[in-house]
Amino acid sequence: MRAPNANEILLQVEGVALAFGGVRALRDVSFNVRKGEIRAIIGPNGAGKTSMLNVVNGFYHPNHGAITFKGRTRAKMQPFEAARGGIARTFQNVALFKGMSALDNIMTGRTLKVRRGLLWQALRYGPALAEEVEHRRKVEEIIDFLEIETIRKVPVGRLPYGLQKRVELGRALAMEPDLLLLDEPMAGMNVEEKEDMSRFIVDVNNHYGTTIALIEHDMAVVMDLSDRVAVLDHGVKIADGTPDEVKRSQAVIDAYLGVAH
Amino acid sequence: MAGGGSYDTFPKLLLRNSAQFGTRPAFRHKDLGIWQSWTWAQVAEIIRAYAAGLHRLGLREGDTVAVVGSNRPKLYWTMMAAQVLRAIPVPVYSDAVADELAFVLAHADAKLVAAQDQEQVDKVLSVSDRLPQLNRIVYDEPRGLDGYDRSRLIAIGDIIEDGRTALAAEPTLGERIDESIRAGSGSDIAVILYTSGTTGAPKGVMLSARNCIDAAIDTTRFDRLTDKDVVLAYLPLAWAGDHYVSYVQGLVAGYCMACPESSDTIEQDRHEIGPTFYLAPPRIFEAMLTRLMVRMEDAAPIKRRLFSYFLDVAQRYGEQVLTGRPVPLSGRLIYALGRWLVYEPLKNVLGLSQVRVAYTGGEAIGPDLFAFYRSIGLNLKQLYGQTEAFLYVTCQPDGEIYSDTVGPPAPHVDICIAETGEVQFRSPGMFLGYFKDQAKTAEAMTSDGYVRTGDAGFFDEKTGHLKIIDRAKDVGRLADGTMFAPKYLENKLKFYPNVKEAITFGDSREFVCAMLNIDPVAVANWAERNNVAYGSYQELAGHPLVYDMVAKDVAAVNRSLAGETVLAGAQIRRFLILHKELDADDGELTRTQKVRRRFIAERYAPLVTALYNGAHEADISTEVTFEDGRKGTIAARVKIRDMQIVGPTKSLGRAA
Repeated sequence: MRAPNANEILLQVEGVALAFGGVRALRDVSFNVRKGEIRAIIGPNGAGKTSMLNVVNGFYHPNHGAITFKGRTRAKMQPFEAARGGIARTFQNVALFKGMSALDNIMTGRTLKVRRGLLWQALRYGPALAEEVEHRRKVEEIIDFLEIETIRKVPVGRLPYGLQKRVELGRALAMEPDLLLLDEPMAGMNVEEKEDMSRFIVDVNNHYGTTIALIEHDMAVVMDLSDRVAVLDHGVKIADGTPDEVKRSQAVIDAYLGVAH
Repeated sequence: MAGGGSYDTFPKLLLRNSAQFGTRPAFRHKDLGIWQSWTWAQVAEIIRAYAAGLHRLGLREGDTVAVVGSNRPKLYWTMMAAQVLRAIPVPVYSDAVADELAFVLAHADAKLVAAQDQEQVDKVLSVSDRLPQLNRIVYDEPRGLDGYDRSRLIAIGDIIEDGRTALAAEPTLGERIDESIRAGSGSDIAVILYTSGTTGAPKGVMLSARNCIDAAIDTTRFDRLTDKDVVLAYLPLAWAGDHYVSYVQGLVAGYCMACPESSDTIEQDRHEIGPTFYLAPPRIFEAMLTRLMVRMEDAAPIKRRLFSYFLDVAQRYGEQVLTGRPVPLSGRLIYALGRWLVYEPLKNVLGLSQVRVAYTGGEAIGPDLFAFYRSIGLNLKQLYGQTEAFLYVTCQPDGEIYSDTVGPPAPHVDICIAETGEVQFRSPGMFLGYFKDQAKTAEAMTSDGYVRTGDAGFFDEKTGHLKIIDRAKDVGRLADGTMFAPKYLENKLKFYPNVKEAITFGDSREFVCAMLNIDPVAVANWAERNNVAYGSYQELAGHPLVYDMVAKDVAAVNRSLAGETVLAGAQIRRFLILHKELDADDGELTRTQKVRRRFIAERYAPLVTALYNGAHEADISTEVTFEDGRKGTIAARVKIRDMQIVGPTKSLGRAA
């Protein structure tokens, strides 16, 4: 059930700064994500949205600032540690194994949950088999959830883009994450695919209670889906609040429409 | 071998099956990627618990229960459990838009609706203010229903669980259920099936348990169906065909009905289950063949050569081999080779390799299409039926198959042809009347107790089989008196893989014109192979190269018509390709996907005018209904092509 709890902060980002040489991608950005909410990060091109996500899941290491996830503060973390800690993500450009079936791709999302060693798995015998059945069941539930039964056995390289995005979401869900990071889940989709994807995002939030942080360009979608929106521009947070508050913010209007200097 | 015998209601048959075939599978359903099975004994236990649960929710004798959704075990079980309580199930087309659904639910006085999923629940809720008598909605799939108002909404699984607990706690409830089953009689109304309504509002066909079971006993004997058979339940629940084949015959013969994973995976599921008895309307056989041909186009050259060579062989010898008529030894040998190399693998791909008996009905089937399936060794037969007859009026016995007839009367069916040429019948499965519609019932019956079919037909002198020409009211004449049978022309056109639907005009006109729908699958594949770029269906449909290609098909139809003296004058002079697909949501097709010619003629009146006034282009703007009931418009400029007339067409010359 969806029950955003105002008191329970899942992720706290405090004064994060990130620079690539002379380019300052993020400057003293702070925001938080509450447990059970859908949180959007928006901003014009080059505002530092993807950098922010990369910092959160440990792909980039911030030059300053601290990140607190599930009560543990740290300055530095590797992506696999983030994954093990319960952060899953999808990518702006679909990053799937093109030659593998949709089913196998989603199965890879279970990797971190596998308890038996490589040898057992290779033998596919005894406890390893029982475990695989268990994982497969979980994956089939996700396939059912995302309504992709028809493409279960199809190599993802042959699928249309909208479906590939859905498979990628499935793989992220297979990790049973506490925090799901979606990097432009609707980029390059047509209206119908966007509607489908929006429905799945809301359903994931409702059904699994997963906290979601997403980056998106389509304003209508963001305003519809999110509980709270943070706006970045040139690496600085310029607004933060409910969709309505953000829509009224002069700073946001200026950033998107441009102002006469 | 099973029959109905003294079992005159479905709950009694269920108990018999549970005793007789207790360990045999009754239902299968692919869920989470695996085929789940339930034996007859398990089903009997579930139904008892489900009925107890429904009783506790206040469902009583004589109440109606609507069932909306696709083929799911829990929805079939809802029908069984309702019948246990002597309530009446009313299956409804799941793709009906909210208004149509509201009409049926209100007309049937449904107290309870069993809906498959959120989509159907939403639809029912959206019209619930028009349904004062509706007090519960039960559902199969909980997905997305988390935040809904719980006061009227219950999961079917929970009802079964509740019934089970209650049965264990209070023995009197069990006795009450048993008593209800014993009290059930053959004269009870077993089900109300709403006809899809080619004309006007849907009518509720009431069928009694005795009649349903008697009809099914005859046909299971006719095709020697037993508890070893398997069917794939994939047709709309509300269609008489599915209710007959999956539910009624399943209970009578005790065979297994397998429910597909979803409506999009039917082909894969059919391949996995391998049904032994198969019923499909012609359009499904057509779609299978189209996809097959498309895939063959992409196959390696050697495979293509093999395919076309052995299809020729099949055409020459297949029918004779199938019916057991003499075939020269060389033909027999080469056909056997073809069977090994091509026909069996082909049937396997289509999921038809286990099929013992296949029927097609609901519409006339193109002779070439019919011959194709028979030639590769599929025992495909035609049946002619109606909801009012509870399906079979005529059906072809093994060995007496002609593509242009629908066979002799089915067992115990009595047919007569009225002076007007209309086919009329009396049958064991005959309906009791239309629900709450005495006037319509009287209209459908003759004074001596026969049911009018509305179809024109005659008995073939050579074979004694019935031939159906068209709907009695659709057969027309051109201005010069040449016979014009629209369905006949349309079927000829639709046999070409590029053409999905065709509507012909000609009654009281000087010549024949056609509106076509291209088949998006076949034409898109062609476009891909030929580097034809397009952005939408509309653009593809209007593409000059597509017109050229379709013109060839139309020319071929004209050539074949030129060979038939009666119809040579009815060749197609002009045609156009419609800019949108015909759709049941827009009222252009019935829910069983038949074209509604009159409606289309009105809706596209500017195009019809342009077809006959010599214009080469016409503008059209039409309203379309989206799946959720919202409306929009699409506008297009549609091109019109002139065709050459083939052969001597004296009568046409005179008319022009």
